[in-house]
Amino acid sequence: MGNIKYLIAGLIFGIIITKAEVVSWFRIQDMFRFKDPYMFLILGSAVITGAISVLIIKKFKINNFYGEAIVIPKKKFNKGYIFGGIIFGMGWFLSGLCPGPMAALIGAGYLPVIFAFIAALLGTYTYSFFRNKLPH
Amino acid sequence: MIENILNIIRSPWPWYVSGPLIGLMVPALLYFGKSLGVSGSFRDICSVSMPNSKVEFIKSNKWKENPWNLFFLAGIFIGGFITYNFLMSPKINLFPLEFYSLKGAIILIIGGFLVGFGSRYAGGCTSGHGITGLSTLQLPSLFAIISFFIGGFIALFLTDFIINLI
Repeated sequence: MGNIKYLIAGLIFGIIITKAEVVSWFRIQDMFRFKDPYMFLILGSAVITGAISVLIIKKFKINNFYGEAIVIPKKKFNKGYIFGGIIFGMGWFLSGLCPGPMAALIGAGYLPVIFAFIAALLGTYTYSFFRNKLPH
Repeated sequence: MIENILNIIRSPWPWYVSGPLIGLMVPALLYFGKSLGVSGSFRDICSVSMPNSKVEFIKSNKWKENPWNLFFLAGIFIGGFITYNFLMSPKINLFPLEFYSLKGAIILIIGGFLVGFGSRYAGGCTSGHGITGLSTLQLPSLFAIISFFIGGFIALFLTDFIINLI
């Protein structure tokens, strides 16, 4: 199995987010303009389902695939969450894209999204380059 | 029988089906020892394509030992292809035709750059903070999500203001 299980997990995730239309530029526009509660209902029900699942995992101490206890990595807050978050949000609105949908839409054949994808790689590299000089 | 099931899959899904299915990806990945997130793969691609980079954040990335993000991203790409070509009826347009232009490409390059820069700076994107972080009740992710929306609203007001000026 090795890494193939993550390819399959990605495949299922890709099918779900495309069917859910959360990859849709139009849905993102309607979300930011509060024209349609659809995206908020999706995000809300996803988070509630995820949270209940995590509670069940903790309550019944379910082990993972490798027979080890499931550990949830803790996110450590830094100022980058705010600064980076605002920068990300601006790009999210401008392009109507975030990382998962970029991959799904290129797969679906929307070729201009390749520009956004390559630019996102450049953005990641630029952040990496200036990382030590940025406030965190 | 199989045709009936396929027809149900092909028709549009209501939010109360799609949303919980997205949420179930969190325990699914935890079961396989990972936490759901997409933007980490962008850093991996940087490390893969620039093996001799002197940039510490690119060099220190141990993608060879743990390349799961890249497999996950490739899976999403294939998932988008399969869904759009075989599992969607009626076919729904997901991206506007206006972007098939020079102006569209410029907007996508600026927006995409900010998405790549910002997601790494913020330590995650919509999936890592929005789905995984909130599902596991992590306060830092809530701050990140609020910042995503603040950024989105800033961009919305700026672009609408500029369009009105023109």
